[in-house]
Amino acid sequence: MENKKNTIVINPITRIEGHGKITVDLAPDGTVESARFHVTQYRGFEVFSKGRDFREMPVITPRICGICPVSHHLASAKACDAILGVRIPPTAAKLREIMHMGQFIQSHALSFFHLSSPDLLFGFDADPSVRNVAGLAKEYPELAVSGISMRKYGQEIIKTLGGKKVHPWHSIPGGVNRSLRPDERDEMLAGLPEQKKSLRSALSLVKNYLAENAALAAAFATLETSYMGMVKDGYLELYDGAIRLRSPGGRIIDEFNSDDYCSFIGEHVEEWSYLKFPFYRPLGFPYGSYRVGPLGRLNACEDISTSEASSELATFRKTTSDGLVHFTLYYHYARLIEILYAMERLEELLNDPDVLKSDLHITGDVSCREGIGVVEAPRGTLIHHYEVDEKGVIERVNLIVATGHNNYAMNRGVEQVARDHITGPDVKEGVLNRMEHVIRCYDPCLSCSTHAVGKMPLMLELRDSDGNTLGTVTKE
Amino acid sequence: MSKPKIASVWLEACAGCHMSFLDIDERIVDLLGKVELTATPITDIKTFPEVDVGVVEGGLGNEEELHLAKELRERCKILIAWGDCAVFGGINCMRNFMPVEQVLKEGFVETVSTVNPERVIPRVDIPALLPQALPLDRAVKVDVYVPGCPPDADTILYIFSEILEGRLPSVPTDIMRYD
Repeated sequence: MENKKNTIVINPITRIEGHGKITVDLAPDGTVESARFHVTQYRGFEVFSKGRDFREMPVITPRICGICPVSHHLASAKACDAILGVRIPPTAAKLREIMHMGQFIQSHALSFFHLSSPDLLFGFDADPSVRNVAGLAKEYPELAVSGISMRKYGQEIIKTLGGKKVHPWHSIPGGVNRSLRPDERDEMLAGLPEQKKSLRSALSLVKNYLAENAALAAAFATLETSYMGMVKDGYLELYDGAIRLRSPGGRIIDEFNSDDYCSFIGEHVEEWSYLKFPFYRPLGFPYGSYRVGPLGRLNACEDISTSEASSELATFRKTTSDGLVHFTLYYHYARLIEILYAMERLEELLNDPDVLKSDLHITGDVSCREGIGVVEAPRGTLIHHYEVDEKGVIERVNLIVATGHNNYAMNRGVEQVARDHITGPDVKEGVLNRMEHVIRCYDPCLSCSTHAVGKMPLMLELRDSDGNTLGTVTKE
Repeated sequence: MSKPKIASVWLEACAGCHMSFLDIDERIVDLLGKVELTATPITDIKTFPEVDVGVVEGGLGNEEELHLAKELRERCKILIAWGDCAVFGGINCMRNFMPVEQVLKEGFVETVSTVNPERVIPRVDIPALLPQALPLDRAVKVDVYVPGCPPDADTILYIFSEILEGRLPSVPTDIMRYD
């Protein structure tokens, strides 16, 4: 076996939202040489959207991702507003934000209840046949039902405004195409208390889990990175604000207007993944890598503007002496705090008289040949950037999606778990599942990432250094 | 009679059809009592066993997806093309107007924020793109077509209820939709 290298492949990674696989290369002595997280799908939205009328983009781009279509819908609409050169009416902006809060609730609920909680409740080493949402429904019916109900609550908000739960159509360049009726507003408000109650139970569950598993939480794929997230006057912001970057030590490195993103964010390409690696340009790749999403946002902001989420954030920050939380498993906790914020913010918006008004739309012609729209998607900062000709035909498109920002961190996290648990080609299923859970923490939306996860054999593929397969071991 | 076994997969698609399946909400608990989910994106079983029903979201865009479609076809009795991408090829086919190399070059070299002076194109340890994105039935025989972007949750439930009754489902015109 001199000079022979073994490779372990996990493909597909399941219970994540996209197409990905993990390979681990072993050195001749059986230790981990490298571990990589590959994104295996690429569809090419940036390329094939060329030649379309820009007004179609809020309908085309949500097809990037069926899990967070609303993020693309809104980022796209904001880029289109910029091309029209208009500031949309307050009612339209607030209705967009209501839909956005609905999406945060449904998407975060999916990530936590349907996809990740089975690992926490059953354990990483539990039987794979029960370690899923069906097992959850059987063993923890109350939690499963409350998770399903929370996701449904968010999806219904999206459907009310946009006609459908997946791929809704509500935002248009210059505003929105439908108002909110008082009875619909009342129904949304009426459902909130029950959802908040379920959320508080889930928060206790996660906090207890993290307290009981403090050693695991401290060690599990923990990375000291920079963090990026949108803020408004220093507060957590999801729909419209400045982009802030905070250093691992807690210093604010930069805060820039989203229109200037290209001066600050570059994307690196590796030949083994269809997902690019964004980085902060002044520091270069990989030193300028950072993390986004719930943990990134809560570390980047000063505070949250709503009371209950703010007080929960204060508790969250007591985890460490300096208030910055680098523990990757805390993504789940951060995600639940964001649901709480989304619910409180939704309540504020629904009680705002503006949302029932009918000033929905400003029409206009192409007045800028370039438009940039940025929102915080559930998984992190989402950037849409279009260039058009004088009639509005798309000439160039650039998309930086939420999951991409975490690409470097996901790779490092997978590598760390591999080094901690693998000492040769004989690897237990639970270890493979731990590596997958690193990916699940980031809740990657890989459909998004590649504008373009999962299902194929969980197998160990042993390869020599020439790439010849020495043998395979499947899980069953 | 034992519970029908179901496997599902998402190929060249956005996951929206699987999300629409989850939009049956609490009715999933009842359904899970009547069918057995095997390999799906929401469970951890990663090889297709022999199943009664195979459900495919998405068209075919790369070699791995083509392989998976053929593998599931071999191991299921009824194959359902689920959603516009599986049925027609969907939005993925917009790339068919240009060569694959151009799609890759523009996406990975020429986009405005990409920093790629070596002009690296991803092609190692990941599946190669097919020359064109295709609907499912260009590669394998399809038994049931359920269009929609995505199909509505009620439509999906209807399809399963027909299968549980032992019938080969077809989507009635009053709930057929393509958007």
